Amino acid sequence: MARIFVYIAHKGGMADDSAAELAAAARKIDAAVLPTAVVTGSGAELDATCAALRASYSEIWKIENEALAYPDAELVRKALVKVLPPGSVLLVSHEHFGIDLAPGLSIKLNSAFVSDVVEIAGVEGGYLKAVRQEFGGQASAHVHCDISSGAVVTIRPGAFKPVANTSASGLVVDRSLDVGTLTAGRRYLKTVVAEAGDVDITKYKVLVSIGRGIQEKGNVEIALELAEAMGAAVSCSRPVVDAKWMEKSRQVGSSGKTVKPKVYLACGISGAFQHLAGIKGNPFLIAINKNPKAPIFQVADVGIVDDILEFLPELTNKVREMRTASAK
Amino acid sequence: MEGFYSPVQVTSWLAQGRALFLVIHFLGIAGFCYIVARRLVPLVRGERDLRFDRPLARLGRVLKFWLGQWKHPRYRTAGTLHILIFAGFILLAMRAFTVLIVGVSPDFVMPGLGGKTGQSYNIITDYAATIVFLCMVFAVVRRLVFRPARYLVPAKYGKSHTPDAIFLLVLIAILMVADSLFAAAKAAAESQQGQPIEALAVLSLPWILKIALASASLTTVGKFYFGAYLLHEITFYFLLCYRPFGIQFHVETSLFSIYFAKLDRGTLKPVRWGVGDEHLDEVKSFGVKTFEDFTWKHMLDFYSCSDCGRCSDNCPANAVGRPLSPRFITIKGRDYAFQHYPMFGRSNNGKALIGNVYSEDEIWSCTTCGACEEECPLLVEYIDKIVDLRRGMVDDGKVPQSLQKPLKALESRGNPYGKLEKKRADWANTKEFQQACTVKTLDHKNGADTLYFVDSITSYDDRMQSIGRATAKILEHVGKNFGILGAAERDSGHEVRRFGEEMLFIGLRDHNVEAIKASGVERIVTADPHAYNALRHDYKDVPPVEHISQVIAGEVKAGKIRFNAVANKNNVYTYHDPCYLGRHNQVYDDPRDVLDAIPGLKRVEMARSRDRSFCCGGGGLMLFYEPKEEQRMGVKRVQMAAEAGANVIVTACPFCMVNIEDAIKVAGMEGKMTVIDLAELAEQQLARESQRAA
Amino acid sequence: MEILVCARRVPDTSENEIELNSAGNDIERDELVYSVNEPDNYAVEEALQITARVGGTVTVATVGGEDDEEILRREMAMGANRAVLISDDAFAGSDGRGIASILKAFVQKGKYDLILTGVQAEDGAAQVGGMLAAMLDYPFASLVTSIEVLEGRKLKISREIEGGNKEMHEIDLPCVLSIQTGINEPRYVGMRGIRAVASVPIPMFGTSELELDPNTVGESAAKVKRIDYFVPALGKGAEMLHGNREENIDKVLELVAAKGGLK
Repeated sequence: MARIFVYIAHKGGMADDSAAELAAAARKIDAAVLPTAVVTGSGAELDATCAALRASYSEIWKIENEALAYPDAELVRKALVKVLPPGSVLLVSHEHFGIDLAPGLSIKLNSAFVSDVVEIAGVEGGYLKAVRQEFGGQASAHVHCDISSGAVVTIRPGAFKPVANTSASGLVVDRSLDVGTLTAGRRYLKTVVAEAGDVDITKYKVLVSIGRGIQEKGNVEIALELAEAMGAAVSCSRPVVDAKWMEKSRQVGSSGKTVKPKVYLACGISGAFQHLAGIKGNPFLIAINKNPKAPIFQVADVGIVDDILEFLPELTNKVREMRTASAK
Repeated sequence: MEGFYSPVQVTSWLAQGRALFLVIHFLGIAGFCYIVARRLVPLVRGERDLRFDRPLARLGRVLKFWLGQWKHPRYRTAGTLHILIFAGFILLAMRAFTVLIVGVSPDFVMPGLGGKTGQSYNIITDYAATIVFLCMVFAVVRRLVFRPARYLVPAKYGKSHTPDAIFLLVLIAILMVADSLFAAAKAAAESQQGQPIEALAVLSLPWILKIALASASLTTVGKFYFGAYLLHEITFYFLLCYRPFGIQFHVETSLFSIYFAKLDRGTLKPVRWGVGDEHLDEVKSFGVKTFEDFTWKHMLDFYSCSDCGRCSDNCPANAVGRPLSPRFITIKGRDYAFQHYPMFGRSNNGKALIGNVYSEDEIWSCTTCGACEEECPLLVEYIDKIVDLRRGMVDDGKVPQSLQKPLKALESRGNPYGKLEKKRADWANTKEFQQACTVKTLDHKNGADTLYFVDSITSYDDRMQSIGRATAKILEHVGKNFGILGAAERDSGHEVRRFGEEMLFIGLRDHNVEAIKASGVERIVTADPHAYNALRHDYKDVPPVEHISQVIAGEVKAGKIRFNAVANKNNVYTYHDPCYLGRHNQVYDDPRDVLDAIPGLKRVEMARSRDRSFCCGGGGLMLFYEPKEEQRMGVKRVQMAAEAGANVIVTACPFCMVNIEDAIKVAGMEGKMTVIDLAELAEQQLARESQRAA
Repeated sequence: MEILVCARRVPDTSENEIELNSAGNDIERDELVYSVNEPDNYAVEEALQITARVGGTVTVATVGGEDDEEILRREMAMGANRAVLISDDAFAGSDGRGIASILKAFVQKGKYDLILTGVQAEDGAAQVGGMLAAMLDYPFASLVTSIEVLEGRKLKISREIEGGNKEMHEIDLPCVLSIQTGINEPRYVGMRGIRAVASVPIPMFGTSELELDPNTVGESAAKVKRIDYFVPALGKGAEMLHGNREENIDKVLELVAAKGGLK
């Protein structure tokens, strides 16, 4: 089995949640192999991250370069190509950076590529056995990937439960000198921060979240009324923003906000992972959807098959009744 | 005794001005001809419009709507005013011509108006001029003081039209005064000279003016006589030449706009007159993109608008704050024509209408309810123009994202929901329902004489399926041998066509027509007024179609259906006329007869009912469109029902049902108002022991 | 600017419930309706808007078979100047890398300034664009939500990252971009447009036209193979409430209150 590397994304001196998930995925590939963390960046933040990783990784390869101060996938790719030994398996989180980095990296490393993996069943005869989802999560597929000459694998965020890591030798290896100067045909300019909307959904303990099932802009009121009655806020999935029924600031998901509420009502949301990726902290998830086969019912705590356009107004009435009753 | 003769004195006054009068005649007539010729230029460039058939029917409409002013009384005050003014103008026409000619040919008497006839005519027209004058005064006061809301011009459409309106009213008043003064001065002069005078109508304007002139010297009277004549002639020709520059052009064009008006309700103009469906692929551009793409008749409509605002006053889209006001569709079209086809200089044509004159949302906002066309006294057509503008936008790919999905689904699956064709008949196959009623799918094994055309919403929408089931049960109860097309049925395409996707509509229609023909049925029944309208007007060569309300009413009249009394006698019902059953197809009474046949059912009428019914919000593709509006049409309608004292609304259209049910929730009236479909109610109340008549 | 858009024909999943076939090894395809992959459609619209601004042509290509011609026609009806079907029996069973190799060979037969793909297709792999760029040694950006053409063979693009934020980059031409949905509002393609292009001949490129070694593509060369489709054993999943609506509502409120969700 070749070496397994895990690319660690970090911000402000702290590793992303994905670091522990990727470590768990690495164990599923081969429990006998200790994965090596690979971290790129520059300055004190990079050092802080490497230091923090020592508790969970036996070896950490640090790649420091001024050009990598902001994680630009085009440059990171070039650095990794210089550093990773041939035949390595590299795990990256399947989100915007991984999507940008990984496919091209697999070509440059001349290795196989398989993305958005949700389950791993080990390696057999040089083939990695994994599970992916297709058709927006409506079907799963067993895939076999020939990793005999290496592989780049992206892992779905949240698919692998972090495992408490026992090994702690934490050796930091500086590989910066192997990289040299880095330039690319693409240059990062800046990040434009999304406009703050009228409501900061990340601050709410209870979210009433709506998806395509709300059907039209006029029905958003129904959710707003329920949220008001419950002291909650309305959030939504991507299709609602694409259709311009709610502002972008209300979107929960991998390209939207990350929320950590106590209670999450998923109303008319199918449960595509890009949306679920934005829900952290394991809230109590109640799903209401007309389609009994909606993937959301897999991850929800409680599920109700019903029409949200009918269910929510009645729920609102009940909440209001309860409030007036308790006020007396 | 001669009737109307010109004594020497009077004649000699005018004789001095003869050359001047001739010049004015010439300038006036030449000017008018030139102006009209220029106004005709865009019409000549416009698309063809085949309106030359059925002359007798068209003449009949001229008699009813032009001469008979049939639509005017719908607004009582303005209507009465206009009828009086119109009658006055018609009556005064001969008098005006006579006066005009007299300045040049003093002995002129209009043929047929000599002697006693002429005298009577003059008495009548004395009063006519007086009444017209008074109407002008009243109209000006109304504009300035009472200011009816429908005349208001919202800021986005520009300046107020009131100054121009008042200008014209004042000019007509001046014309009446000039005419009256002319007659009065003549009578005054004759009476001073001791000559026999023709009596002026007592208390008429000329009569009053004659009294005012009683103390004037002959010379002064002569001056007034000459002055009145000149004023009359100038005002007359000024008006004649000014009218084509504004709303008063309708005086000339109304006869034509009414003669050439559309004869067949509920139908749509073809993409291009004279081009059959098979040749549509050869047409380079669909729909109206530039002004010249309009037909000459539609351009004539723009000229004919009198800015009365009745259309917008009744337009539901306008009422809820959508960016559509029919009045301004026409006024803006007219202004475009005036601006781009000037009196002098080259025409500046061919600019894109959408984005410059009309906005996309403005055109998509229309539900094609037809309220505007129902009101317009000039029979201006709106729906065809909107559909043509939509055809143009579709051709250019400018379709709102919200409509692209259902259109694509209609193309691939034959229904706007994208659901599987094979599930189209599932509504009839639930275990529960099959025990109560058998609905057969027509195919080579199963035939029937009646087809129940279900259409998409009733087939696929969970709530509307109950209308389907109720309809089927009723048909079975009255012993009809019926069946459905099942998976072979496609959406009727009614809204597809009205949203401008003609080719997709043709595809759906042809598929359905083939399936209908193959089924061998002799008649069609549907509970969906949009399907009803499509089968009646958009489809050719299909058996006659009835709406379920007509079927039930027929059976009730024949004594084959009896109803049980309503359970709750305190409910107050009101019937909401669906646009495509009521206004477009004039089925108003059958649904009411059905309700009135249910014992104990208390029914009230909303203020806006029958042909003034207020659209629920629209059907078909309109359910998918996301309009910019301040309120939902359905909410307004539910409020109207409450105002009428009702707590149950009865509809006869699944789209009305969707919109009104939604509206009840949005308006917060759950528990206070319910809605039920006519077929559902009828089926619920069926007295099942009643046997069919043998 | 010469733009190539790589498109794909996929089952329309939004309304259709994908089901397994009776053998349990593939999805039931009999009644599927296919259409162009939504992000690819956005890419074609973007290409059309760019060429409307700066001139040039838009070519749409797909790797597939006869059935895939329908999406090429649809994109031509939308306004693409040229469509190409890249097809050969040898291509069957190619994995993502194989498809990228095929596309690379095609790109090298022409001269394109900009290559667009959709960010991902129905398999959610999001791979072909990035691979193609690496094979061609072109710069790449994924999840692109806006494109501005700059002077000097450069573009300014934005990428969609978390929290609704956008990463702005400058990128040199020629490059490959994968386009995210929502970048624009695609124009409507009506039946009329489709009929107008119904008989336009679509050139076909196979291994010989591409001068491609068949051993580098197809099933034999594939490193990633899908073994089967399955619906995972539902596992625990949600506790489904089966009462009537009123009962469900009461239960929901009870649970929410217990979790501290109601004040």
